[in-house]
Amino acid sequence: MTPPSPPPASPTGSDDLKPPPAWHAGRHLLSVTDLGAEGIEEVLRVSDAFVEVASRPIPKVPALRGRTVVTLFAEESTRTRLSFETAAKRLSADVLSFSLASSSVKKGESLRDTVETVAAMGVDAFVVRHSSAGAAAQVARWVDAAVINAGDGWHEHPTQALLDCYTIRQVLAERAGRAVSDVGVKDFVGLRVAIVGDIAHSRVARSGVLALSALGAEVTLVAPGSLVPPSLEGWPVTGVSHDLDAVLPHVDVCYLLRLQTERGAGSFLPSIREYTADYGLTARRAGLLAEGALVMHPGPMNRGVEIADEVADLPRSLVLRQVANGVAVRMAVLFLLLGQVVGGDAAGVVADLGHGPAGDG
Amino acid sequence: MAERERRLTPPRGGVFVPRVQVLAPEDVQRALTRIAHEIVERNRGLEDAVVIGLQTGGVPLAFRLAQILEEMEATAVPVGMLDVAFYRDDIGIRPVLAEAITAIPCDLAGQLVILVDDVLFTGRTVRAALNALADYGRARAVQLAVMVDRGHRELPVRPDYVGKNMPTRLDEQVDVSLDGVVLGDVVAR
Repeated sequence: MTPPSPPPASPTGSDDLKPPPAWHAGRHLLSVTDLGAEGIEEVLRVSDAFVEVASRPIPKVPALRGRTVVTLFAEESTRTRLSFETAAKRLSADVLSFSLASSSVKKGESLRDTVETVAAMGVDAFVVRHSSAGAAAQVARWVDAAVINAGDGWHEHPTQALLDCYTIRQVLAERAGRAVSDVGVKDFVGLRVAIVGDIAHSRVARSGVLALSALGAEVTLVAPGSLVPPSLEGWPVTGVSHDLDAVLPHVDVCYLLRLQTERGAGSFLPSIREYTADYGLTARRAGLLAEGALVMHPGPMNRGVEIADEVADLPRSLVLRQVANGVAVRMAVLFLLLGQVVGGDAAGVVADLGHGPAGDG
Repeated sequence: MAERERRLTPPRGGVFVPRVQVLAPEDVQRALTRIAHEIVERNRGLEDAVVIGLQTGGVPLAFRLAQILEEMEATAVPVGMLDVAFYRDDIGIRPVLAEAITAIPCDLAGQLVILVDDVLFTGRTVRAALNALADYGRARAVQLAVMVDRGHRELPVRPDYVGKNMPTRLDEQVDVSLDGVVLGDVVAR
């Protein structure tokens, strides 16, 4: 044994060692603005671990055992609902699936009474989709549980934006031949993204713009005048264009939105066919894209309207990969919001360990 | 434990203040070499052996141990790393670190897994690791190698190979790396 010769004292105050921003201390994910660039990066980073979990023979971890997650959907959904439920189950949480259409709301119970009733059963998180903007924020005021906005009217759909950012990051990593975990926020700086289509009625567009611009990407909106929101004040976009052909050669990502006919998008247009002629990503237009440019769509796709069949099935189209990543990203969000110490605050358990941070095991 | 992991663990920002160097870098190498010999002796070779380091402190030790085993027996020894963040019973205390990657090199069914960690303390990390390993297949056997056993077990866990048995106080901190073993304290900043 050598005589005591203490190594140099630990470095202090280095940026890289700063504690992570605790956006999840607020316990809710209602808007992308809750996160900020650092919060988005944290979600993407934790998602990496869950992408690895998905690749295992048994793609399930016990992290949220004993927690209950309710999916409360007042609007139709396939992928978001199944994605959240899969995510919660892969974290070993219990999932209650709740559809307002088949609930006592039909008997005249108010949303508040319904939500408080469900909360009284002992629920740790609500995943809320509603046709009214602000519905998730309202639910967050009523209950103690964590609330995740899974789409509220024309307002926001934060987990969609997060999974889109994750998918872009994954592709950037593959292109550069780097590990996904090496690709950080800085790699989004200067990335040119066109969001095309029904901006006015799209919560995906709003969350996408907020997330991508927070990471430093340059976002251009492309839409007919009638489908651009009346005011773009506060939208951090680089520009608005009405000419898709002119924009396509200069973008790294072409993000197509669904024409939301159920929200009356059709009445803002002379005809769906004219929309397709001017703003649909047809095979000809896909040819205008720069080599390696990505095509994304949040789904569900209206094939033949905003995206042509042959384009949707091109290798550069990331639609299915977006769905696959959705599960990992939602696992990350649930884990960050609910992955607190079971049965007490962190300080208590730290005390139990004698000297909590003691690192070993 | 890696410095970054400790800093991100509540109470956040604690600083490790070293007090006494217990093992020098050469001592750590010697201990690993001895452990390698013990592994080969106990298992009569290295058939189906996989070395898996626990994130983050066990990983460099695992890679070094596998290297020694390969040189000793002239056979390839797969090395993996495992992050048990999602299997802990104290979830939320420890951060999920970007660099704490899980990478298991092969199906573990029927393999002899040598689990490597820096410090054995309460036994909770090892408990979590055993659960995690089960999700990768039914290993033929799992053996535990640690550089330091500091006592204070809270679960019935016993190491198979130990670099150094080191009685400690609960409030002390042990820092292990290939550069040696240091005993000290964590002081809030």
